[in-house]
Amino acid sequence: MAGAGQPQKDGLRSLSLSGHVGFDTLPDQLVNKSIKQGFCFNILCIGETGSGKSTLINSLFNTSFDDSMSTHFHPNVRLKAQRYELHESNVRLKLTVVSTVGFGDQINKEDSYQPIVDYIDAQFEAYLQEELKIKRSIFNYHDTRIHVCLYIISPTGHSLKTLDLLTMKRLDSKVNIIPLIGKADSISKTELQQFKRKLISELVSSGIHIYQFPTDDEVVSQINTIMNGHLPFAVVGSTEVVKIGNKMVKARQYPWGVVQVENENHCDFVKLREMLICTNMEDLIEQTHTRHYELYRRCRLQEMGFRDTDHENKPVSLQEAYEAKRRKFYLELQRREEETRQKFVQRVKEKEAVLKEAEQRIQAKFEHLMLMHQEEKLKLEKKRKALEEEIALFNMKKANAELLQTQPMVSTPVSLKRDKDRKNSSFT
Amino acid sequence: MSELVPESRQKPVVPMKPVGINANLLGYIGIDTIIEQMRKKTMKTGFDFNIMVVGQSGLGKSTLVNTLFKSQVSRKSSGWNREEKIPKTVEIKAIGHVIEEGGVKMKLTVIDTPGFGDQINNENCWEPIEKYINEQYEKFLKEEVNIARKKRIPDTRVHCCLYFISPTGHSLRPLDLEFMKHLSKVVNIIPVIAKADTMTLEEKTEFKQRVRKELEVNGIEFYPQKEFDEDLEDKTENDKIRQESMPFAVVGSDKEYQVNGKRVLGRKTPWGIIEVENLTHCEFALLRDFVIRTHLQDLKEVTHNIHYETYRAKRLNDNGGLPPMTSETEENHESNL
Repeated sequence: MAGAGQPQKDGLRSLSLSGHVGFDTLPDQLVNKSIKQGFCFNILCIGETGSGKSTLINSLFNTSFDDSMSTHFHPNVRLKAQRYELHESNVRLKLTVVSTVGFGDQINKEDSYQPIVDYIDAQFEAYLQEELKIKRSIFNYHDTRIHVCLYIISPTGHSLKTLDLLTMKRLDSKVNIIPLIGKADSISKTELQQFKRKLISELVSSGIHIYQFPTDDEVVSQINTIMNGHLPFAVVGSTEVVKIGNKMVKARQYPWGVVQVENENHCDFVKLREMLICTNMEDLIEQTHTRHYELYRRCRLQEMGFRDTDHENKPVSLQEAYEAKRRKFYLELQRREEETRQKFVQRVKEKEAVLKEAEQRIQAKFEHLMLMHQEEKLKLEKKRKALEEEIALFNMKKANAELLQTQPMVSTPVSLKRDKDRKNSSFT
Repeated sequence: MSELVPESRQKPVVPMKPVGINANLLGYIGIDTIIEQMRKKTMKTGFDFNIMVVGQSGLGKSTLVNTLFKSQVSRKSSGWNREEKIPKTVEIKAIGHVIEEGGVKMKLTVIDTPGFGDQINNENCWEPIEKYINEQYEKFLKEEVNIARKKRIPDTRVHCCLYFISPTGHSLRPLDLEFMKHLSKVVNIIPVIAKADTMTLEEKTEFKQRVRKELEVNGIEFYPQKEFDEDLEDKTENDKIRQESMPFAVVGSDKEYQVNGKRVLGRKTPWGIIEVENLTHCEFALLRDFVIRTHLQDLKEVTHNIHYETYRAKRLNDNGGLPPMTSETEENHESNL
């Protein structure tokens, strides 16, 4: 029969079952659902041109994704993303591989890491926006956040380049970084040990957090701890097959021998594949979501002005912060509207004043002209009068003169008296 | 326009992704190990499951829950003495348990609703229940909206509500219809016919048919809801359950008896022993398989993806795009920051 419950620390009773209930199928139910939905995995591959990125990806996933080799002459760093759907037994994986193009090729490498950081942030931003929507479909959302960053270090045998240090420093809080040594067949075994030790010590002293395989689960902790000691993995990639014994293996053929990709003595490729895919893929996805994404989200929301506690250290709920911000925003909006309106009114007034002034000037001018006109008119009037008087005078004179001319034609006796009279009269 | 969108940063130039190509695999990669990884992870974190039982007292709710989870999950109320007061309103009692089976740890919470339908005037007696369910959604929403969030938000939302129908043999009561109408929109309701050993086989089938018809006529969508069937496989499977088996006619018991040399859970009567887990006697085994062995995860997912999202969208919309306020609500602005 069922046992009595003993109280646990969080107030829950733990019960013992008297028979088979059946909820141990729960993980299977969950897994079935996930299989139906399919899985998403996004890899970011950073490395200089020619460091072996594409070959490595091709070897890891046993396919040839992209055959073209890229040039060294890109003006700036770009990212190239390719999406693939892989099937294996009943698992569907939507794999996205993002590689850098032109990394480390420029003469001035100051801005090399910025496109990468921007890309990672953009994926986080897209997820955050989806999460903040009112009508959201987050369970259907195709997750594009980068789950792991394979950083390929050139096999110089000396130390990390400055570019590598800077880039990794900028990325270690945004993404899980797994450093790899590319083209590792150019280093001998002893040099390799030294190189790895040097790299790890440099990473530690620069404070760069690379991804550590989780060691809390007893099942995988042992192997993970061992693998943690082998970081950075020295990998060799190849898509060509060579016949060794009676098997065809992926390998690189040299005059002095054959480097087998999947031989653990030759390189760490198998370790990488184990760790990346077989053991820790789920953990990588989880770390991205719970650590890196949450950090990004926190920073972003704080940037937007939200806090969980206000300056008196009392817990402020997000809603109150939201409300305060909205009020502020509205006030700001209103203020700006008022300001614009004031400006507008001001401009109108100014324009009116200008126009008025112009009007007044024109009016003055008009009156002035009118005055002048009047004066002219008067002057002309006077002149005309004077002229008319002259004409009248002239006419009179003309008439007199004509009369005088016609006078001598007439006879005298008759008119002597008259003449005398006239003479007399003309004298008077 | 009523979306809450943070100020957009300048988007960097990102190349467009090409369409996925089906790559041929030339060797074993190991992708299918992700199933194992996932399984291990979920077993480590454990599961939460919250089940609510609603029904008039004396219908065998506690016994059924005990039978379902094969342990003394709820203490049976042995009826009230005349001196004890009958509760005036519906109480909500949530008790949490931790059970483990096959390496899987489950935190089971059984939410009991004593007093439902027991008063003389039962108007609005579903309101405390609806309030409780919405309160759990609210709690989850508040946690989700925090800036510094917990790694795993404790899930107290009701995943499944078992509604007990009295085996009158006639039809559903008005209280049943009202309750289910109101609550089928906020929670997954699974109607069960309680104390099914009072009906003969023919009475049972007829009663079930009538109940199904009444539910359909009243537009009550019980779990599994038709609209959430994801693909054809689900649809055919769920159709079969919806149209033939539901509502499950169950009998519960936590006493064991010896039948044919085996110890089985059952009820002893003068005319025979009713075996709880015998499919010819009652449909308890069907209910148990349905709720626990096949659809447990789906119950949780429908609650999270659909009921919770509906609640959230409604809450944010009512607040003009803001997460819920504890004080009075603001004017209804369809704006965003």
